[in-house]
Amino acid sequence: MGLVVQLSYFVASVLFILGLKAMSSPVTARKGVMWAGVGMVLAVLATFAHPKVGMDNLILMLIALGIGGAFAWYTALKVQMTEMPQMVAVYNGLGGGAAGGIAAVALLQGASSEGSVAASLGAEATTLGLIGAAIGSVAFAGSMIAWAKLDERLKRSTLTANHQQWNIGLAIATVVLALWVFNAGSGLPILLFFAAALALGVFVTVPIGGADMPVVISLLNALTGLAVGFKGFLLGNPALIIAGTVVGAAGMLLTYLMAKAMNRSLVHILFSGFSAAPAAAEAETEGEMKEVGTADGAYMMGYSDRVIIVPGYGLAVAQAQHKLWEMVELLQRLDVDVKFAIHPVAGRMPGHMNVLLAEAGVPYDMIFDMDEINEEFEDTDTVLIIGANDVVNPAAREDESSPIYGMPILNVDHADQVLVVKRGRGSGFSGVENKLFFRDNTRMVFGDAQKVVAEMVQTVKGM
Amino acid sequence: MIEVTGIVALYVFMLAAVAGYEVITRVPVILHTPLMSGSNFIHGIVVVGAMVTLGVAETPVEQAIGFIAVLLGAANAVGGYVVTERMLEMFKSSKKEDG
Repeated sequence: MGLVVQLSYFVASVLFILGLKAMSSPVTARKGVMWAGVGMVLAVLATFAHPKVGMDNLILMLIALGIGGAFAWYTALKVQMTEMPQMVAVYNGLGGGAAGGIAAVALLQGASSEGSVAASLGAEATTLGLIGAAIGSVAFAGSMIAWAKLDERLKRSTLTANHQQWNIGLAIATVVLALWVFNAGSGLPILLFFAAALALGVFVTVPIGGADMPVVISLLNALTGLAVGFKGFLLGNPALIIAGTVVGAAGMLLTYLMAKAMNRSLVHILFSGFSAAPAAAEAETEGEMKEVGTADGAYMMGYSDRVIIVPGYGLAVAQAQHKLWEMVELLQRLDVDVKFAIHPVAGRMPGHMNVLLAEAGVPYDMIFDMDEINEEFEDTDTVLIIGANDVVNPAAREDESSPIYGMPILNVDHADQVLVVKRGRGSGFSGVENKLFFRDNTRMVFGDAQKVVAEMVQTVKGM
Repeated sequence: MIEVTGIVALYVFMLAAVAGYEVITRVPVILHTPLMSGSNFIHGIVVVGAMVTLGVAETPVEQAIGFIAVLLGAANAVGGYVVTERMLEMFKSSKKEDG
């Protein structure tokens, strides 16, 4: 490899790591992604000067870069913030597909030369290539299914009655076919190997429930990183090894943190659907829901000293976050201390709600994590809950028979009064009845979040 | 020039894994979504590997697969960058607004 190319890859690797590091603070995050972007451009430009790259395929390369780049640029600018999780899934899947393609070409080249694939590529490179290819294919197929499920294009959660057996069978088939490829001298086993790995990705992802999907996307993201790292070994390219492995390790940790925040173990998510959770014991509810009008709700907040708002995904579905921020600004003018409390799984993946609030113009220093704010509910006059349910259900703390028992929740019931904006009387995503709604100090406002908040804005304006 | 293969590659792998782990432990929850998207962008580096693969492709089948790999890799990198940048652009501090 030429010295200039090598140095460019080195600088790109440094920029990737520094970029990820800078993303650890909201102040420097934007700089971080720009550094990583510079690294990417540098690495791509240097590759044109790569001694192995022949001129014959240069035009093909430019066309592919152009089409892929333009397609992604267009879709990325168009996507709504609420659709971000499935978009990340798509781009992740494409990366996994690219990793699979790299391995396919290397294996085909090995198969078409004299002797077995392993003999022409070397045992080490073949093994790494096969592992990377399997991981990349699973990530590609899995990400596409994740996208289809989150985009509500795919509703079913079973393909067969015996998913577990199919998963195990396909996993074994992938390994066996990989061994065949290792010793083979033709293209057929390679084709079958990829087919098995892709099917495995589909079968593993289909039964996973929508609520667990963010964790799965994060896991697939980490897997793609690993696959890219293995491709780096195969091609002897340190930029791929470093960038891929850093993402793989970071992604694994992020996946673990997400699963922990949701009180779910990774094994549980992957090997049993949400439906397999024990049926909810019918919780006895005491008292009844006390409904109030939007004006009363607005007065409750307007006459409070301290208000904490707990937004859930329902807020974003109703597109009410802009109106909500308008109301918060009006409340601040009345000298009400307003804060936002975000549960780790608010929105559709950790941090998603922060993005949605940021889009509406809410400054990030008004937004607090569960751990930061949970103590403060005791000194709070009014808590406003919009579009959230399970994350404020005290059953997670008190009722051992509840399927959500043990999940960390926001202690909203410690506040003096609780105001809940809800679309209807139904239960939350998990299907668990929420006792909070029946408590003496809870008031319910039923209606579309955007309409309710808009009416509250009018009332607060008049105060 | 040192070739990154064998045991050297293993060291690189180990150190990169530690770096990835350390980098993320200091990220606040509010940045998790942009971070997932940002790390998704970074593994778009796969486009470089795809370019090398297409560059050495000889048969039409290899060229076709290489072409698709470059296309997918480029989409991964560009899409990942644009959505991450769009998200981070929106994060504002109230102190900045006041000042």
